[in-house]
Amino acid sequence: MKKEWPVWEVFIRSKSGLDHRHVGSIHATDAKMAIENARDVYTRRQEGVSIWVVPSKEITASNPEENGELFEPAADKIYRHPTFYILPDELTHM
Amino acid sequence: MNQKIYNYLLILADNPLILGHRLSELCGHGPNLETDIGLTNISLDLFGQVRNYLQYAAEIQGLGKTEDDLAFLRYEHEYRNYRLVEQPNTDFAWVIARQYLFDAYHLPLLNQLVGSKDSQIAAIAQKSIKEVQYHHRFSSEWVKRLGDGTEESHGKIQKAVSILWTYCGGIFEETEVENEMSQLGIGANLDLVKADFLSDTKYIFNEAALSVEGVDWSQKGGKLGVHSEHLGFILADLQYMQRTYPQMNW
Repeated sequence: MKKEWPVWEVFIRSKSGLDHRHVGSIHATDAKMAIENARDVYTRRQEGVSIWVVPSKEITASNPEENGELFEPAADKIYRHPTFYILPDELTHM
Repeated sequence: MNQKIYNYLLILADNPLILGHRLSELCGHGPNLETDIGLTNISLDLFGQVRNYLQYAAEIQGLGKTEDDLAFLRYEHEYRNYRLVEQPNTDFAWVIARQYLFDAYHLPLLNQLVGSKDSQIAAIAQKSIKEVQYHHRFSSEWVKRLGDGTEESHGKIQKAVSILWTYCGGIFEETEVENEMSQLGIGANLDLVKADFLSDTKYIFNEAALSVEGVDWSQKGGKLGVHSEHLGFILADLQYMQRTYPQMNW
């Protein structure tokens, strides 16, 4: 292939009620092909009930060099973590 | 009667068997990772269908044979597949055109077989039809992309379609066993399958800016065991392990 096809990020929802999760990326020339390629590559073993694809170039990422100012201030604020609640056993996927 | 159903099952089984083998030759050789896996998935779907048909065929044949005996140990003239599915993986356009023409026949075939009076055939068709709906979607989308793509891709798919179209007559060649199965409500009515095939291909070729006008002669014989030069080579590959190591297993 002389020209590489654009890259798409693939998100799969494994069953109803759960969130779509990022599973990887694929190449495709358009959205329709991206869904088909994602289906062929990432749902062969019953991984999903729903697929999202997003052009990788549309994703804006945070800058790793700014990790300090972005994320470190949260490190010593343990009162923001809901770890003080006792969760019932039946509650999964929290 | 069982012998007739057996013969009919071979027609149903041998097409996905030989096409599945052709597609399996591409495993690891597809134009890119996504299409490689896509085609291999189709191959695996087809082999799954073949196993169902051949297990049933071996059972009603009643000679104590297995699906493996039927898949791997018949002679060339005993295979009942159409010549279309034997044709080689010349290039990606050929692979797609061959797949699409098969799918355009396979889908209406299964649509009828889900109503078969033979409950086993109906169940196999019911299980297969969703797979084949996806095959048809995959291949028809690619026919449209190539036909409506660049000048080069259009040229390649047009050439593939024009040549492979001459093999489609063999799909609808009348045979005694198919006529009889159709009359008994066990098999599909090939005239109705053909009508669906023609309207499907007409629609998709129109979308893809392709034409098969003027291509009106046909290669026949596959269903009667008269094959093109390619089947012998396919069988040499396909049968090698069973013939070298009889009854070998995974």
